[in-house]
Amino acid sequence: MIYLELFFSFFQVGLFSIGGGYAALPLIQDQVVQNHGWLTIAEFTDLITISQMTPGPIAINSATFVGIRIAGLPGAITATLGCILPSCIIVSILAYIYFKYPDIPLMKEVLGILRPAIVALIASAGLEILIVSFWNENGFSLEISKLDFISVGVFILGIFLLRKFKMNPISVMAISGIIGGGLHLIM
Amino acid sequence: MSEKKQLLKSIFISTFYLSAFTFGGGYVIITLMKKKFVDELKWIDENEMLNETAIAQSAPGPIAVNLSILLGYKLAGILGAAVSILGTILPPLIILSILSLFYTAFRDNIIVNAVLKGMQAGVAAIIADVVLQMGQDIRKEKNILSIFIMIGAFIATYLLNINVMYIILGCIFIGIMKVLLQKRRRTGNDIS
Repeated sequence: MIYLELFFSFFQVGLFSIGGGYAALPLIQDQVVQNHGWLTIAEFTDLITISQMTPGPIAINSATFVGIRIAGLPGAITATLGCILPSCIIVSILAYIYFKYPDIPLMKEVLGILRPAIVALIASAGLEILIVSFWNENGFSLEISKLDFISVGVFILGIFLLRKFKMNPISVMAISGIIGGGLHLIM
Repeated sequence: MSEKKQLLKSIFISTFYLSAFTFGGGYVIITLMKKKFVDELKWIDENEMLNETAIAQSAPGPIAVNLSILLGYKLAGILGAAVSILGTILPPLIILSILSLFYTAFRDNIIVNAVLKGMQAGVAAIIADVVLQMGQDIRKEKNILSIFIMIGAFIATYLLNINVMYIILGCIFIGIMKVLLQKRRRTGNDIS
């Protein structure tokens, strides 16, 4: 029964991918390439590329992509549901506890310590995106010639629009896509 | 009743719209949700947002899905959680379903690649804006431990490439130690 197999494979991906983002990649590869042979390794690499080019969590993107190729739209839906079911159960329980007992000292203190750490994690992810954006895949470099000036310009424009005009982020993204994309095509 | 329906509708629209623009991984949607729910709609405050993000990050599964469950639950209970999950997973489900038909053409398209490259710089600006503001707010608390944790966590994840899970576990450990120490100090004071 292909639907059950899809469901349980992605259930495992959802259950064991702790830490977010790329932590899920080896798990997905195990299920999809090694265990079931649903994709070749080349197709899997394509999937990662496509995931980076499209919105949404990589686990959900993979579930949809694999599901639809193996068993059409019902397959995509089954795999996606399998992928999010562990989250639904575990996070609903955590949400229930958190909202019911917000004043337990232990929880308050632990969350108080986690808050600045979360800001640091977001900062780190942001810096990685910034470096890829400014220097492409070569990484940080002091050589001016390696700098992508279009991206630097778009970045400064984005900061300006967000801070000065309090523009909403989706509009900023659309404007960066159009202006940055246009300049990259011309130059 | 209609008020509740209105709220659910607006949760769905917000999460759907944000999810459709989450290019670049889980941390992007956190910054987008913060801008939408904290700054624009003022449905929750910044600390609440960071608490929920911490819980979302500590649980298994995609952080975007986890965070939308928590936000939905907070705003409108179980039904709110269901609606926000649906809003979060529908955009990738629809986009990938369509793209799977012609993904090689999409992947190799120069225009698509140029626009994505442009958007990448925009995403970097959005994250920088949110991080600067949140970092500023942490600094204003004038709590040495918070600042120390923020710098330490940044070094651990960015420079040392330590797995996020260990950073979360380390913070939980520090939090527990802090509560235990406070308890001991209190009982110590009672005796003297």
